[in-house]
Amino acid sequence: MNGEGIAARLIALLQGLALPVALLVLWEAMGRADMLPAGILPAPSAILATWREWAFGNGGFGLNPYSGTWLDTVLFSARRVAQGFLVAVIVGVPVGILIGWSRLAARGIDPLIQGLRPIPITAWLPFSIALFGIRDMGAIFLIGLGAFYPIVVNSTHGARDVGRNLIRAAQMMGASQRDLVIRVVLPNALPSIFTGMRIGLGVAWTAVIVAEIVAVKSGLGYVLWDAYYVGRMDVVLADMVSIGLAGFLSDRLMLLISHRVLHWQALSR
Amino acid sequence: MTTPGNAVEMRGIEKTYPGRSPVTALTGVDLTIADGEFVALLGPSGCGKSTLLNIVAGFEQPSAGELRIHGAPPRPPGPDRAVVFQEPALFPWLTIEKNVTFGPRIQKRPRAEFEQEARRFIDLVGLSGFEQHYPDQLSGGMKQRVGIARCLLMQPKLFLMDEPFGALDAQTRLQMQELLLHVWDTLKRTVIFITHDIDEAIFLADTVYVMSARPGRIRSRNPVPLPRPRDIDMLTDPAFNALRRDILHQIREEAGKSGRQH
Repeated sequence: MNGEGIAARLIALLQGLALPVALLVLWEAMGRADMLPAGILPAPSAILATWREWAFGNGGFGLNPYSGTWLDTVLFSARRVAQGFLVAVIVGVPVGILIGWSRLAARGIDPLIQGLRPIPITAWLPFSIALFGIRDMGAIFLIGLGAFYPIVVNSTHGARDVGRNLIRAAQMMGASQRDLVIRVVLPNALPSIFTGMRIGLGVAWTAVIVAEIVAVKSGLGYVLWDAYYVGRMDVVLADMVSIGLAGFLSDRLMLLISHRVLHWQALSR
Repeated sequence: MTTPGNAVEMRGIEKTYPGRSPVTALTGVDLTIADGEFVALLGPSGCGKSTLLNIVAGFEQPSAGELRIHGAPPRPPGPDRAVVFQEPALFPWLTIEKNVTFGPRIQKRPRAEFEQEARRFIDLVGLSGFEQHYPDQLSGGMKQRVGIARCLLMQPKLFLMDEPFGALDAQTRLQMQELLLHVWDTLKRTVIFITHDIDEAIFLADTVYVMSARPGRIRSRNPVPLPRPRDIDMLTDPAFNALRRDILHQIREEAGKSGRQH
């Protein structure tokens, strides 16, 4: 990359940062001037101090129950997201490919999925608790279900999208039905599958917060609601930022994996 | 009806696509192609020439008529009939080498068996050094060479080529035609070559079949009186021009007919 390219990217970065930084400065200034209700909207510096105690504190003796628990809390949520998301991928990709490839599967399975899809995962909460109780399984069920829909829909789309001549080319080289699905339809659908997985991962983070608020007693969602109940809005806001950060990082990771797997796509031109 | 030494025999082949207003693409097609013959099917777009090729390839079934390929009824598509498509139809996620060896690899043939052949054919079509590239990194002409190389590696009895050079610029097309002639001279396999380019048909083929406008049928059989090996000087040969003029007149007549129909 030449110097001009770096300069252009730097300018773009600064342009993007200008508004958020300005808002933060304004927020902080108003907080210090006591223009904000501190019980609802603490200043950024206060939130940062809270987060530091939450992340690195040496465990309060009853006075600050959050001290030093941040990493565990994040890991609880991340593990549930990973488990639910994995289930969604393991079920969603093959089902999507099947619907996209087989007319019979499209007629038999697709209407069921399209019929259930408009029910938001939040509406599944009572049913999930009734079925699984206040346990991990309930959360994983909700996360998996939420992530399943975008994954299955995009996998279907990707499998349908395969060019007729690509199928014919494989057939004339002796491909069986199995070869066609595994060696042509699946790789052809991969870009769509990754799109579905990225959307699904976003839904998974939404689902984990909802599930932890209601259905389990740990994780970022649980702390979010718990802190609200005891009036710790500084913890609530630090928690919100943590959720955003976790979602952002997992999306970046997904993007990185997708670029690795789909390296042949970046080569055009 | 089977005669030994014939690659393809067609009697009364018909193809109708059903629907609210059924479309008859082919009607009463009789065609005999000898083993090792290079045949060009020439006709206007929409005359059903691709349909005819797809029937031989096994991609489509005729509505009526009899088809024999090397004396046997047609089987599902397979490596005995290699197809070069108009758009190259390569797998964009595979390297050139993997694209070329796709056939033997899915047939689980041991690598040692085809590795050297693959290298030879990649070399023959002039793509040495591009083995590890991906299709999207190649030009249209180069992609089409990959399509040809993978067909060569299949060692088919029949080469089916569906306007393979139609999308290329004139210069690249001439290069590809010479390449194909060179390959054919060394292998002498049966070729069915679809085109709407009169020069291309005469330059390449032993026999040019002119097809009529839809519904397609064989209008005339035109043996090409040019010796082999062919070279580009023959493109201006009096025999070439005489045949060209003759076929041009036939095609104009066909165009007039279909014009009156619409």
